[in-house]
Amino acid sequence: MMKLDAKIPSGPLESKWDRHRFSERLVSPNNKRKLTVIVVGTGLAGASAASTLGQLGYHVECFCFHDSPRRAHSIAAQGGINAAKNYQDDGDSVGRLFYDTIKGGDFRSREANVYRLAQVSTQIIDQCVALGIPFAREYGGQLANRSFGGVQVSRTFYCRGQTGQQLLLGAYSALCWQIERGQVTMHPRTELLDLILVDGHARGIVARDLVTGRISAHMANAVVLATGGYSNVYYLSTNASGCNVTATYRAWKHGAAFANPCFTQIHPTAIPPGDAHQAKLTLMSESLRNDGRLWVPKVPSDQRSPGDIPPIERDYFLERRYPRFGNLAPRDIASRAVKVVCDEGYGVGPGGQGVYLDFSDVIDQQGLEVVRERYGNLFDMYHRITGEDAYQVPMRIYPAPHYTMGGLWVDYNLMSTIPGLFVIGEANFADHGANRLGASSLMQGLADGYFILPYTIGHYLATATLPPIPDDHAEAREAIQRVTMRINRLLTVKGRRTAAMFHRELGTLLWNHCGMSRNEGGLASALRSIPKLREEFWHDVMVPGSGSAFNQELEYAGRVADYLEFAELLCHDALHRLESCGAHFREEYQTEDGEPRRDDAHFAYVAAWEYRDRAVPVLHKEPLTFEFVPPTRRSYQ
Amino acid sequence: MTFTLKIWRQNGPHERGRFVTYEAYDVSPGMSFLEMLDGINQRLIGTGEEPVAFEQDCREGICGSCSLVINGIPHGPDQGITTCQLYMRRFSDGASITIEPWRANAFPILKDLVVDRSALDRIMQAGGYISVNTGGAVDGNVLLIGKDQAETAMDAASCIGCGACVAACKNASAMLFVAAKVSHLATLPQGRPERARRVSAMLKAMDQEGFGSCGNQYECEAVCPKGISARFIANLNREYLRAGIVESGCPSEPESPHAESA
Repeated sequence: MMKLDAKIPSGPLESKWDRHRFSERLVSPNNKRKLTVIVVGTGLAGASAASTLGQLGYHVECFCFHDSPRRAHSIAAQGGINAAKNYQDDGDSVGRLFYDTIKGGDFRSREANVYRLAQVSTQIIDQCVALGIPFAREYGGQLANRSFGGVQVSRTFYCRGQTGQQLLLGAYSALCWQIERGQVTMHPRTELLDLILVDGHARGIVARDLVTGRISAHMANAVVLATGGYSNVYYLSTNASGCNVTATYRAWKHGAAFANPCFTQIHPTAIPPGDAHQAKLTLMSESLRNDGRLWVPKVPSDQRSPGDIPPIERDYFLERRYPRFGNLAPRDIASRAVKVVCDEGYGVGPGGQGVYLDFSDVIDQQGLEVVRERYGNLFDMYHRITGEDAYQVPMRIYPAPHYTMGGLWVDYNLMSTIPGLFVIGEANFADHGANRLGASSLMQGLADGYFILPYTIGHYLATATLPPIPDDHAEAREAIQRVTMRINRLLTVKGRRTAAMFHRELGTLLWNHCGMSRNEGGLASALRSIPKLREEFWHDVMVPGSGSAFNQELEYAGRVADYLEFAELLCHDALHRLESCGAHFREEYQTEDGEPRRDDAHFAYVAAWEYRDRAVPVLHKEPLTFEFVPPTRRSYQ
Repeated sequence: MTFTLKIWRQNGPHERGRFVTYEAYDVSPGMSFLEMLDGINQRLIGTGEEPVAFEQDCREGICGSCSLVINGIPHGPDQGITTCQLYMRRFSDGASITIEPWRANAFPILKDLVVDRSALDRIMQAGGYISVNTGGAVDGNVLLIGKDQAETAMDAASCIGCGACVAACKNASAMLFVAAKVSHLATLPQGRPERARRVSAMLKAMDQEGFGSCGNQYECEAVCPKGISARFIANLNREYLRAGIVESGCPSEPESPHAESA
């Protein structure tokens, strides 16, 4: 029977983390040398954890499926990273960042975790500066800040529109140092395909060398998953095409609880979908909403060009519905508001799937040059993709799957329900509740990797009994066998449809029934359709080539196969949560003016799902208690 | 739109490669170049053939995965973009398009259009970092860094490590790649303590990996999707010269953490 013990330290919020660190056992320097930790994934969380663990003296085996650790999808984060530095003296503090994040997550995250996140946020900036990250500066030489959605202070640090890139390259450079020192062994172009448990503890992984196809076991004293989120289950998302659920899903099948899978963030400002061949949706940074105004014509299906529509005939719907936050309303709220106006027939562009994001007012007030300096690269990107000049005509935008708040359940120490399996970054569920605020994912990834995991994993390694195990342990051989069989199965179906066809069909199904808004009928029908689609996949998929060579289609088909199972878990979670909170909007639970209706009496808990072979997953609840911030209705009106 | 594609196919690093011709039909002008290739691959897979291997991931020009030489130019005909940011409206209907991998001794071909760029990682491991431990960093505002200095560092730091500069250079030199990292870190006060060691180690690694030397013809700058300027190569040469003087024992200039903005 699975037991959820979040291991949250008692006592005042402000000192929980300090006291916890003091009470944790340490590993002596001599013993660290004898311990091996596997880190899977080299995004912000994985690269920062691997480099810090290496620096502490552990031996680290680090894996990524890219050709280089520098390519992980953290690199694509544009806008910035939050920290409670209060450099602007505008009333920011650790307490306020904590409060904003708890409220932004619609009271579905743990107070203790979020407070710790806000506390270490300031250290992250200092660490990144020390690593040489070229943050934007004021003329006087101080660090510059910008504001971001869902908050009223200016606490976001940035490097032009490439903050994720610079932070990742910083963590990558720290990783390079540890590789050079011999503390980290890097395995690029290697994909995790299974987890190895020995006596109930995570002791290794099975990985496939993507160049030679060789499948091998790698053993260690603990395993860290930093494998990102699962937005690609929707087929079209803002994620890189390689992002996948395989690592976390395999861990789930071995007994790690999966928490709140239905909390999937749909980002309001992506370029609307074009034709059927489209492979991804391109995000336009949320920072655009600092200066751009969202509107639709007041007349449905208005065919006039935007410049011919006078201001009086435009509906600035975010400013109308949320006067206090206006265009800076949080992502879930803004996305839904876009969906509402488009569903009512006011949308613009092909298929009515789009709203205007208009910069003409700020261009009039502050001049073209100011706008060009702030957002030039984004305007260029928009121009390349759509062929339109957004300095002349407003951009058109539409929401797109972007980030997943759900993930493997972890306790305060970031350990899953499998002892020795730690989960960090987007792959875990911990800090963002039902909705993530902008510029918080970079903060959380680096908090977990640089400052939290390296402490908490030490306590586990110091206290657990972990006898040495050989690479050819029976469990490892069995795991290799499982992986090999599955690959052979994929290669021998030799059907008529490509993996992408199944993926697209699954994505459309989920987008329609488990996307921006959900209802019981739709979810039930999705739960009927997914198993059928999965069965068709295993009877009719075509994967050419061999398993013992470079085979990109085989990699992809394996990921799609996992999505076809995972999608069911996603829908089960969405179906059971009979409330609307954050990104999870159940049509049955809304107020008269279309705002979400949260149900704290019945649903103030983390839904942690346990895998059952060929049966409906079992729900476990971790109650959420709010000692310091009493839950209130989350209003941005 | 329709196109005739001549695509380089090669089974492995030690196999012989060849151009194979494919026809692309039903291409819309709004499709990206990679989506057009996806279409070819879907057709090949449908008939049980192995698709054309090529690298891609973020499809928004920042991860540095994509790496195609299109009609002889790394990342294709337009400046300042990666292959994934190229759209088919850029080509005229009926055109013939040649697609090749990066070609350089230091980048062996793994399959079709995929090359092994791990040599760039090894150059980074030789010194492309600041040796600071996690924890204990001073407040970010203790180091005052002028706006222009920060902007110069950022210009250099924008490198995405795609390797187009190498593919474009007839000497297959990685000078622009090395120059970008050396300049980024040497411009900032945090990078100053190790600047001499860093530039020597990175250039040594570059030579060991089999990259050529700079011929001062600036093909690298012309194809760089991030517009990294060849003046950083001049800066690299200056740093290298300076390192030689420092390493030979001559007194170096004081390494002030509050160095003035350039």
